[in-house]
Amino acid sequence: MNLLASPAVRMGISISIATGLYGVSFGALSVTSGLTFWQTMALSLLLFSGGSQFAFIGVVAGGGSGIAAMSAATLLGMRNGIYGMQLNALLHPTGWRKYVAAQLTIDESTATSSGQTDPAEQRRGFWAAGIGIYVLWNLFTAIGALAGSGLGDPKQWGLDGAAVAAFLGLLWPRLKGREPVAIAVVCAVATVIAVPFVPAGVPILVAAVVAAVIGWFSHGRSDEGLEPDVDPYRDRHHHGRQDSHSPGRLSPGASSDERPGAAE
Amino acid sequence: MSLWIWLLIACALAYAWKLVGYFVPARLLEDPRMSRVAGTMTIGLLASLTVVNTFATGQSLAADARLGALVAAGVALALRAPFLVVVLAGAGTAALLRILGWN
Repeated sequence: MNLLASPAVRMGISISIATGLYGVSFGALSVTSGLTFWQTMALSLLLFSGGSQFAFIGVVAGGGSGIAAMSAATLLGMRNGIYGMQLNALLHPTGWRKYVAAQLTIDESTATSSGQTDPAEQRRGFWAAGIGIYVLWNLFTAIGALAGSGLGDPKQWGLDGAAVAAFLGLLWPRLKGREPVAIAVVCAVATVIAVPFVPAGVPILVAAVVAAVIGWFSHGRSDEGLEPDVDPYRDRHHHGRQDSHSPGRLSPGASSDERPGAAE
Repeated sequence: MSLWIWLLIACALAYAWKLVGYFVPARLLEDPRMSRVAGTMTIGLLASLTVVNTFATGQSLAADARLGALVAAGVALALRAPFLVVVLAGAGTAALLRILGWN
């Protein structure tokens, strides 16, 4: 069949372009945070999860230690385990495909796949978005890293402001409703209180512990915060072509009766 | 050199998280608390990273041009600007405020 006729593939391509492009900002910020070109590329090639990559360089830029940077990136990567569980139930990859699928498991590929209802389309959406983003994200990371290393004083170009904007941009789509906003505010306050008392980088881990405790003991939506940075089906929400129940909304933790392929 | 080591450990652990989902029996992870903690921690970490990058310089706190970047990014996001435009708005505002003399 003609792959371009598949809505999931077309969605995968457009999400790849939108996400891949902001690899430029990651590449430029990474080299101006003090990482080398190849350290920057290693993050995009091997770690390959936007939020965790920005977290790693954000801690390094703030003067934090390597272990603090690693810890922040790792804690932020936990949600990919939840996505992997959901995608495994949707796509049932076998053999070597499982290992490749795991590396491509990120917010956007999960959202592109789970926003479809037909199993074949779910599969096509995942691979189109996953491979497309992987290729473009790395390409644009390299472009950003090469451009960033020739910039001179990063502050003169406001690149520290770009990092602030990037983190707010990653947070923003997850703040739907009162509860996530409250969690964000509590963690922001905990961070500010911790900054003068602990080494750079550690306040972020303090906030992670606070957030984990809130998540463990409170009873809210189980998919709180599990939103892609770029919602692949956002335009569809606006045009109202599908039902109003947010079809593109990612719900890896939705109750098992809603989850396609649940093993019960 | 030691940054390389932590960087590669971070890469290995990131891949390990991703693999866990594919290999651990779904029943073990079905506890909705796991996905809830993953979600609230994502929100908490990103909120914390936003605040640290805005106000912290090492162990001291300051309100400088980065605060302008935060406000500009918030306005851009409220206007539904794409991610790259949000980042450029943050950079442009911080750079402009520094030219105007606010560090």
